[in-house]
Amino acid sequence: MEKTWNNKAWFLVLPVLLLVAFSAAIPLMTVVNYSVQDTFGNNAFFWAGTDWFDDILHSARFWEALQRNLLFSFIILAIEIPLGIFIALNMPKKGIGVPVCLVLMALPLLIPWNVVGTIWQVFGRVDIGLLGHTLAALGIDYNYVRDPLDAWITVVVMDVWHWTSLVVLLCYAGLVSIPDAYYQAAKIDGASRWSVFRYIQLPKMKRVLLIAVLLRFMDSFMIYTEPFVVTGGGPGNSTTFLSIDLVKTAVGQFDLGPAAAMSIVYFLIILLLSWIFYTVMTSSDADN
Amino acid sequence: MSFSWMAWTLPTALFFLTILALLIGMSVWEYFAPGGAPRVGILRFETTRGDRLFISLLGAAFIHLAWLGLIGPNLWWALALAVVYAIGVFRFV
Repeated sequence: MEKTWNNKAWFLVLPVLLLVAFSAAIPLMTVVNYSVQDTFGNNAFFWAGTDWFDDILHSARFWEALQRNLLFSFIILAIEIPLGIFIALNMPKKGIGVPVCLVLMALPLLIPWNVVGTIWQVFGRVDIGLLGHTLAALGIDYNYVRDPLDAWITVVVMDVWHWTSLVVLLCYAGLVSIPDAYYQAAKIDGASRWSVFRYIQLPKMKRVLLIAVLLRFMDSFMIYTEPFVVTGGGPGNSTTFLSIDLVKTAVGQFDLGPAAAMSIVYFLIILLLSWIFYTVMTSSDADN
Repeated sequence: MSFSWMAWTLPTALFFLTILALLIGMSVWEYFAPGGAPRVGILRFETTRGDRLFISLLGAAFIHLAWLGLIGPNLWWALALAVVYAIGVFRFV
């Protein structure tokens, strides 16, 4: 069949362009405008130049929050991606088990972020929470309100509980799309379970894994609601991620200029890291 | 329609007009030389001219931030460096 070239088709993307303009481009332009000015309210602005960027780049608070964010994303990816693949590989491929597993996997994804935070906040409490109380009964000194390590473990486990399902569902979709002929050929060749995974399943899952890594990275790097509800960024600043710091600056202190500058630096870091992830994974895909 | 809530200033307006001009320029370039001129450069992965613009703009943003953080608030040299970097990207990447 011959392709028809008609440049008028570009008009069909106009609604999307308008949507992106109103939902992303115009707010972003406003943030850039705010980042070079100071305001005391009443829509009155004063030119500040690059002062806010200078402050942010020399702020220990910003760099510490960034380090916490990078560490958190690294831990999340290191746990959720292998665990998601492992669960997807072990899920049933046919029978009544398929819908049961799919519904069970989808359940955590349907719970709103603040509800997840509230669930884990209560769950981890030593006095009334099932987890906290059980650990205390076992003689384990666990208290996420007082101990930074416990707070980190709670936030990480909560995120794993909430979002591993997404990786599972994406990997499962990749796995069920592999034709049976591949497995039959592997069986004829006497391939081991590892070889089937390494040379058939993993390459076939590569595209969905790319999406999973990108989504989980961007989402974990922008995480706000769950740790805010559970720990409020504490104890001390131990779970204060960039987004929590940003909200404190913008809403708590009403420092719109510094908050806008911080937003732009934050946005650029996410853009850079996502682009690196995407490029590395798609170019290795092209090489294969 | 008032846009005063967006807190426009002359420098930020010029900044966005430059970005808009670049996008229009790239569209005109694409119209006269369609296909995006894909090639594999020194980074060893395929890029179109749109990718090269993206790499240039993203790199320029970080050059300015690095200059501001490490050297000082006079960003004209950072701008010059960013232009040289962009030429390098369009020539070699």
